[in-house]
Amino acid sequence: MTDLTKLTLAEARDGLVAKKFSATELTQAFIKAIDAANPHLNAYVLMTPEHALAQAKTSDERLAKGEARPLEGLPIGNKDLFCTYGIRTTACSRILDDFKPRYEATVGQNLWDAGAVMLGKLNNDEFAMGSSNETSAFGPVVNPWRRTRGGKVDNTKLVPGGSSGGSSAAVSANLCLGATATDTGGSIRQPAALTGTVGIKPTYGRCSRWGIVAFASSLDQAGPIAKTVRDSAIMLRHMAGYDPKDSTCVDMPVPDYEAEVARGVKGLRVGVPKEYRVDGMSAEVDALWQKGIAWLKDAGATIHDISLPHTKYALPAYYIVAPAECSSNLARYDGVRYGLRVPGKDLIDTYEATREAGFGKEVKRRVLIGTYVLSAGYYDAYYLKAQKVRTLIKRDFDNAWSDVDVVLTPTTPSPAFGFGEKAGDPIAMYLEDIFTVTVNMAGLPGISVPAGLSGEGTPMGLQLIGKPFDEGTLFRAAQVIENAAGRFPVPSKWWA
Amino acid sequence: MQDTVKEKAKGKASNLIAGATGDWEVIVGMEVHAQVASKAKLFSGASTAFGGEPNDHVSLVDAAMPGMLPVINEECIAQAVRTGLGLKAKINLDSVFDRKNYFYPDLPQGYQISQYKSPIVGEGEVEIDVDGESKTVGIERLHLEQDAGKSIHDQHPDYSYVDLNRSGVALMEIVSRPDLRSSKEAQAYVTKLRTILRYLGTCDGDMEKGNLRADVNVSVRRPGEPLGTRCEIKNVNSIRFIGQSVEAEARRQIGILEDGGKIDQETRLFDAAKGETRSMRSKEEAHDYRYFPDPDLLPLELQQSWVDGLAKDLPELPDEKRARFMKVYGLSAYDASVLVAERESADFFEAVAKGTDGKLAANWVINELFGRLNKEGKEIATSPIAAAQLGGLVRLVQDGTISGKIAKDLFEILWTEGGDPAEIVEKRGMRQVTDTGAIEAAVDAIIAANPDKVEQVKAKPSMLGWFVGQVMKQSGGKANPQAVNDILKAKLGI
Repeated sequence: MTDLTKLTLAEARDGLVAKKFSATELTQAFIKAIDAANPHLNAYVLMTPEHALAQAKTSDERLAKGEARPLEGLPIGNKDLFCTYGIRTTACSRILDDFKPRYEATVGQNLWDAGAVMLGKLNNDEFAMGSSNETSAFGPVVNPWRRTRGGKVDNTKLVPGGSSGGSSAAVSANLCLGATATDTGGSIRQPAALTGTVGIKPTYGRCSRWGIVAFASSLDQAGPIAKTVRDSAIMLRHMAGYDPKDSTCVDMPVPDYEAEVARGVKGLRVGVPKEYRVDGMSAEVDALWQKGIAWLKDAGATIHDISLPHTKYALPAYYIVAPAECSSNLARYDGVRYGLRVPGKDLIDTYEATREAGFGKEVKRRVLIGTYVLSAGYYDAYYLKAQKVRTLIKRDFDNAWSDVDVVLTPTTPSPAFGFGEKAGDPIAMYLEDIFTVTVNMAGLPGISVPAGLSGEGTPMGLQLIGKPFDEGTLFRAAQVIENAAGRFPVPSKWWA
Repeated sequence: MQDTVKEKAKGKASNLIAGATGDWEVIVGMEVHAQVASKAKLFSGASTAFGGEPNDHVSLVDAAMPGMLPVINEECIAQAVRTGLGLKAKINLDSVFDRKNYFYPDLPQGYQISQYKSPIVGEGEVEIDVDGESKTVGIERLHLEQDAGKSIHDQHPDYSYVDLNRSGVALMEIVSRPDLRSSKEAQAYVTKLRTILRYLGTCDGDMEKGNLRADVNVSVRRPGEPLGTRCEIKNVNSIRFIGQSVEAEARRQIGILEDGGKIDQETRLFDAAKGETRSMRSKEEAHDYRYFPDPDLLPLELQQSWVDGLAKDLPELPDEKRARFMKVYGLSAYDASVLVAERESADFFEAVAKGTDGKLAANWVINELFGRLNKEGKEIATSPIAAAQLGGLVRLVQDGTISGKIAKDLFEILWTEGGDPAEIVEKRGMRQVTDTGAIEAAVDAIIAANPDKVEQVKAKPSMLGWFVGQVMKQSGGKANPQAVNDILKAKLGI
């Protein structure tokens, strides 16, 4: 039998319905693959094989009865930021300790209701704060991709991006058919770009945030990381939807995104913003961008130079807004009701000891920044100013939409980097998100699609940014790029 | 509270406090926390019921579990708007919920969701009456916020327990201008505010349960001088304590100032047992709450038509009711005020007054019924005499069927035994004698039997009372006193 883990989500779905294999066989194949790979890649922080096999059994029964749901029997991984009923959820932070929620995040529930099977919880940067998955309390995730230097494979461990590094690595290494992820400043798109996978952050409000451990509430959105554009379209359709439990979730019908992917881009107006040609951008990233432009043009789209003048303020403004919200969102981790408690001599001492031991360095840094920018006397200069910048960034895009339907940019300024290469320099790390944060600041949908390899043989992605709630157009354009660029499976299963 | 409000009028002499070095004026402003009458909490579906075991009424949101999100309870918003309308205040169609950040075990989120810069209700006013004089107290704002839980320190030698039943319950914080000038005014303000809230049905006003409590801001100054430094007395939970705390705090501040000291702006607590306030925390220790708009909640936008709908269904409020009682029933300002103090009393009175003389009805409700209820520690809601019964009694008095004296007997019967007033009067022969023939006969007999008194009354007409008494006695109290009077006067020629 062929290696079932190499199938795309769509292929696996069709194979199950055609009874070429069972959901149990499919699930077992992934469990086996995870067992072999995880000691090397550390993509999963918790494997739930019994849970997965029980779900697969139910799926097989439904498949047998011809009652298959849209994602029946399809094994996926779930980022550890999503609360899972009775299953440990930690946001990869020590502070949540052995926390087992008594509720299921809406996005997860939507997937399980559609028949998906959960293989386990995926690694991420602690509280989704990071761009390399190196801040996780469970240790870093290893990118399945390796560099090739001088014709030789370089064994330097590369990061899979972050914060959804477990998701991107697991999808890229065939340790699941697709994965849930979240994106606050680029945490879906950047890891997707660094692993040759597709990741979409939908419009703010498209997916419910209920039951997702909050990082920065006004920026957080859930979305999938998948092997193909089609797979990401299938997954998003069954993750998204109105949820009255989230006041910021929008009551709009979710289109059949899978039907969009084949529609092409004839007549589509594609914007190319000059402000994204930043200093220090590598020539190969620029070349990739030009290729993307050419592919879309060849497929019938028209290309337009546009200006998004406030782009350069996006990253600094983001690093005020996101920490401000996180400093407040993380106040609940106080050792009083759940998670870690380090007893101190009195209440304040207990708070301090608990949070000192429970939070990692990057989380502490952001809590401190956030507390500072919200403090009396600084609020106007930082937080309020950043919110004004945010309004201007939104306006940039609003203006652009009168001329174009979609914007094309690189996803990241450079391909995957090695462990520790940027971990010591927060600013260098923050610059990873320079092309992605604007999208969160404006609440728009953005997709990263793999478009080529760097000179060292590691994947690079292009980003498409769309109008609010126009994810459909992103899937159309992304499919055109995927068709032209081809897919980027990991060349070597070096861990097996 | 705004310290910069310019005082136009000089302090009223009667409100001034005499110090060792001259008179002082006390300035009071209040922040009243009123629990919104609603079934569910402000941002969760958990019950707001009082009591229950600790942590019985706690949702995942109230306990601030990871990933939980607040959703606005529309009824709480409606209650705040109704209250704003009742305070004749500006309703802000756009308002914002902010996070007020601080750490405390009974504050699970690590922040309280409140309204800081954009409250739901703006400026309004409350009319108060003190010693027969009315005064308008300015309302600065009303905003909605979450209540905290409760820390319990007496259950374990080493640990404190936390009860989150109240966590997330909706509160209205109603902030007054520093317009109050005495402890009496402070008390009158809270009393009136409580009455308005109870009329509106937006807060039950139960101070014993902590459903209405006040932070009292007190400062003193020489009459005509700028406002002094204020101290805030936290969480005063009875009208009586509000009065006592203002007095105690004003005296304390005057003492310091007269000794040449200065007042430190600080938060204080009122110790009811000792009758004094003591320091809780100074301004330096004040928290930096790092307010910012709650990103989990969109700005709240109200439709004017929705507000208009609430306004249309607003009940008649105490001031309007009092004016109507004075106009329609001819009541005195005092009687009308007494009756409108509680909506139940006013409704009771109106039921009694239906088809009877208003003044007479008010008299019976206030003097007889309230007097008796008070004496026996009963509430109007548990009155043994229903409004219809008392109305029947008043009607019998009014149409002369029974005399006032007999009416008191009838009241007693209704109180202890109950029954229909008219039936009781019939069955027990309590009817007043209005047959002039019978009264004349009685009068004649008494005149004949008392020639000496007849002589005396001619010299001193006020002696008539003795004759009236005799006639009434003979008739067993049933003779119509007016008829007796008239006949006596005619026969005695006075």
